[in-house]
Amino acid sequence: MNAILAVIRRDLLLAMRRKSEVLTALFFFVIVVSLFPLGIGPEAALLKKIAPGILWVAALLATMLGLARLFAPDHADGTLEQMVLSPTPLGLLITGKIAAHWITTGLPLVLLAPVLGIQFDLDAEALGILVVALLLGTPLLSLIGAIGAALTLGVRGGGVLLSLLVLPLYVPALIFGAGAVEAHISGLGAGGHLSLLAALLALAVFFAPWATTAALRIALE
Amino acid sequence: MLTATGLSCVRGERRLFAGLDLAVGPGEWLHVQGENGAGKTSLLRILSSLAPPAEGQIFWRGAPIRELAEDYRREMLFLGHHGAVKEELTPFENLLLAAQLDGAPLDETEALGTLARFGLRGREDLAVRFLSAGQKRRVLLARLAVRKATLWILDEPFTALDVKAVDMLSALIEEHLAGGGMAILTSHQSMPLPNGKVLKI
Amino acid sequence: MNNKIINWFKYASPQSFYPLAGKMIPWFWALAAIFGGIGLWITFFAAPTDFQQGEGYRIIFIHVPAAWMSMFIYIVMAGWAALGLALNTRLSGMMAQALAPTGAIMAFLSLWTGAFWGKPMWGAWWVWDARLTSALILFFLYIGFIALQAAIDDPRRADKAGAILALVGVVNVPIIYFSVKWWNTLHQGASVSLTKAPTMAATMLWGMLIMALAFWMYSIAVALTRVRAIILEREAHTEWVKELPEVKGTGQ
Repeated sequence: MNAILAVIRRDLLLAMRRKSEVLTALFFFVIVVSLFPLGIGPEAALLKKIAPGILWVAALLATMLGLARLFAPDHADGTLEQMVLSPTPLGLLITGKIAAHWITTGLPLVLLAPVLGIQFDLDAEALGILVVALLLGTPLLSLIGAIGAALTLGVRGGGVLLSLLVLPLYVPALIFGAGAVEAHISGLGAGGHLSLLAALLALAVFFAPWATTAALRIALE
Repeated sequence: MLTATGLSCVRGERRLFAGLDLAVGPGEWLHVQGENGAGKTSLLRILSSLAPPAEGQIFWRGAPIRELAEDYRREMLFLGHHGAVKEELTPFENLLLAAQLDGAPLDETEALGTLARFGLRGREDLAVRFLSAGQKRRVLLARLAVRKATLWILDEPFTALDVKAVDMLSALIEEHLAGGGMAILTSHQSMPLPNGKVLKI
Repeated sequence: MNNKIINWFKYASPQSFYPLAGKMIPWFWALAAIFGGIGLWITFFAAPTDFQQGEGYRIIFIHVPAAWMSMFIYIVMAGWAALGLALNTRLSGMMAQALAPTGAIMAFLSLWTGAFWGKPMWGAWWVWDARLTSALILFFLYIGFIALQAAIDDPRRADKAGAILALVGVVNVPIIYFSVKWWNTLHQGASVSLTKAPTMAATMLWGMLIMALAFWMYSIAVALTRVRAIILEREAHTEWVKELPEVKGTGQ
């Protein structure tokens, strides 16, 4: 547990020293969301209907943006080798890194989403559901994304390849996440979607660090 | 005591070396020599358990390192081509964080003292990217000194060091060996250290 | 008993599998041709015209087996991948690599024929039907697997990384399928499902099964041919490959 906290502290410290990366992903999120009304037209009813989908797709893409840099800097300067060779189990260190990734990319999206949701005329309750759904869903994105980041580490065209590998795996998160808000708006209740999202998160917390660790060991052989 | 029998290494479809045996005991060090591309780095990576050998086995105190896993890694320190030093952090932070990740937190005064010993006094709070290449390597030497490991595996440790730093590192290794430690290293220089063995690949 | 185990491991080495695969390939091609012939005869002549869907429905004799194969091949691929990771056998990775393009073609074929079926039935080439959508995502998963393997230069690393991806994928396929189905029913689902022909006559069922067998045989034959090519490519530096009659004549 101490090791996990140490990694989180370290990665947050590093993120503080290069703030621009975190902010870039955040602005990307804002810009993508703002582009949709320009492409679709200002019709309020339509925008309200597609708002959850837009916010979620933008969140997926914004998460993707930082993923390529999840392990790459540590790989380049040899820190990753030291992590593999550390007496601390690699799985714990990786879990810490994934948690730090979520804190720097996922959490800001969760906090920013309601502000953007207001632009789409979502009511307070729908905004609440959106925040809860993102709170459950964005860690899932970081966890699944970490597997892809580890698999494409140091590979030619890694960034593009990463999105090819990871985006299809994001489909369930997208469906349940955006679906929760839509279901609420259409009066069906978001409970089912949210509990499925939570179940997926539990599954991913269990398996994703393991798969990521295996992929990293292979990448470093 | 580290022993290895019948090691072979395959990179891509090419066989770098085969049937390699080696043994290093307390107070001894092994100088791995060979031409560029002979597989020196690959051998060190295999010995450090980063990569599995294509054939052969490695034993630490008589037990296979595959099975020892964390117990082996606790007693072993590997320094590769890349320094594993974070450019954005200061030397001081680098030392403390590396120790925390290894699960052996470091005392702050000890960290400062070690940095001073390697000529980094006054540089403790400067981000590493503002240091010269030689000073960066000195941060590594400090890490070598504070991490209590029995076996050191060092890949080209003398690269980018000035004369003074080379002497420091030699003294550090000598001290380590005198205390019953072991070292395996690659280097193009000849090294005036006692109890050395040479392995040519 | 012991003897049997040794034999199994003997064929796990590329060197002994190569000639074995060579001997098996013609048989599977022959079986594929026979089953394909019978299946096509049923497709075009024996099966009755559907009173609701007309002649157009006959494309399901291709569509359904292709969809089955695309899912099944992914599972087999993941099985080889798991075997390769667990036992560290080289052949497993090669088998997974050989199966992936066939699986991708099957997924593509099921999408393509689905579109052809959809045009007269739904009046649109593409409908966001649960099955079609999950087939599309399965196709993406195959492409991802192939792209990852192609991007990694060291074949051993490519095999292992691909294996992890295939295992992650195989865990996700049912989740994706379920989520897409859930999504689809929530948003007024399509009225006619592609595979649920209203009255599945016995001849139609037989036709589909025989066509499925033909697809099976074809997939095995193609995968074996491809794995032989992969073995030759990867083992090109070894003595036994240089001694092969088909290699000796060429090269110089």
